[in-house]
Amino acid sequence: MFDFSVVTSWIDQGLRSVMSPAAAITVECVLIGIVLLALYAIMALILILAERKVCAAFQCRLGPNRVGPWGCIQVVADMIKMLTKEIITIKHTDKFLYNLAPFIVIIASLLAFACIPWGNGLQALDFNVGIFFMIAASSMGIVGILLAGWSSNNKFSLIGAMRSGAQMISYELSIGLSLLTMVVLSGTMQISEIVEGQNELWFIFKGHIPALIAFVIYLIAGTAETNRGPFDLPEAESELTAGYHTEYSGMHFGFYYVAEFVNMFIVASIATTVFLGGWMPLHIPGLDGFNRIMDYIPSVIWFFGKSALMVFVIMWFKWTFPRLRIDQLLNLEWKYLLPLNLLNLLVMVAIVVLGWHF
Amino acid sequence: MTNLLLLLVVLLTALALVLVAWGLGVWLAPRSYNPLKEEAYECGVPTRGKSWMQFKVGYYLFAILFLMFDVEAVFLFPWAVVVQDLGVYGLTSVLFFLIVLILGLAYAWKKGALTWK
Repeated sequence: MFDFSVVTSWIDQGLRSVMSPAAAITVECVLIGIVLLALYAIMALILILAERKVCAAFQCRLGPNRVGPWGCIQVVADMIKMLTKEIITIKHTDKFLYNLAPFIVIIASLLAFACIPWGNGLQALDFNVGIFFMIAASSMGIVGILLAGWSSNNKFSLIGAMRSGAQMISYELSIGLSLLTMVVLSGTMQISEIVEGQNELWFIFKGHIPALIAFVIYLIAGTAETNRGPFDLPEAESELTAGYHTEYSGMHFGFYYVAEFVNMFIVASIATTVFLGGWMPLHIPGLDGFNRIMDYIPSVIWFFGKSALMVFVIMWFKWTFPRLRIDQLLNLEWKYLLPLNLLNLLVMVAIVVLGWHF
Repeated sequence: MTNLLLLLVVLLTALALVLVAWGLGVWLAPRSYNPLKEEAYECGVPTRGKSWMQFKVGYYLFAILFLMFDVEAVFLFPWAVVVQDLGVYGLTSVLFFLIVLILGLAYAWKKGALTWK
């Protein structure tokens, strides 16, 4: 399995041989920033196109197919259009908070984005509390959404933001507890160690039934957390125009649009990392020949393949389930998922303590 | 390179991203003034009353319940990391903590705080 830390340390040594250590570190920081920015923008473009194509396929349409081959630069055209639209600030808004809110949403999603393990040795931020940091960073987006709704001086925005806040904080619990269940199994919160721990067997197989339940709960909660799919009632078009970003136009709206799609990818990649082995190839204990063949496929392809699958599942939710009502939504979380999650946690602890896992 | 330096780099990157995109938007976009453009959107009719008003208390109840369980999750994370070493002792000692919390959820449920009215 190719280790990308070879490449990074090679760049590091190359830089250190031509300049002073302080300058080398500065250049490396700038490089990391540029790579992250490029990755963030490219991911957003790909995801928006994928969403439109998948949506079209579900509805027996063609989707974007005029701009570029198979419509593949349609999203770039959309972004240019968004840049050239006027940023309108309506009267009686809280100007400072109104302008700050989209910034918070983007910063929160980029912070979580930086923790994603892309491949063997390819990870920008690797804290020893990685998973915890990721949950904390991604939940900061709620603040941006609530501020947007409150500062817009619009009733639709306020209702949308309140719904969104209630929904996101409720499902935040399920995300936290289902990931906690997996932390019990892995015994560490560091993302690189979680991936390394799945060398023998992915956690979804290793922790049998509790891990499967946690996976399903995580997917439901993750979909709700990104305000997507059957849980998109904060921006229910038929009732609330556009929900919390009704009054935003131009690039301000673009921030919310991009952050929504990247958040979907972040949810998919956490699911991949914690349950499906991250960049780790499919290994079955005992089948050495099979494992060695699987090792030939590069780690980046494993990671992107699994995340693309999860992204597709989340899109599938959106185009097949009808939208929930707010009382059904809160019932589902507080009366079904939360008790089930607590019980599941106890079962998982019992399995780990008594050594019943594979 | 330490992680904190990298965190700073990521934060600065995020700041650069939003400032550049926002700056481009402000720079490229046309600007025209029209008093009707400044009105809040309410399906075309003039707005009635203020939008910063008292809001449904139901959301507040869920926020309080969320605080209770979220703090619990924060307490459980460090325990989850070491529970494999603690063994049965770790399981039983946290069981009491969880039972108290589940009692709290059951109380809220019985009082009807979880029913949307």
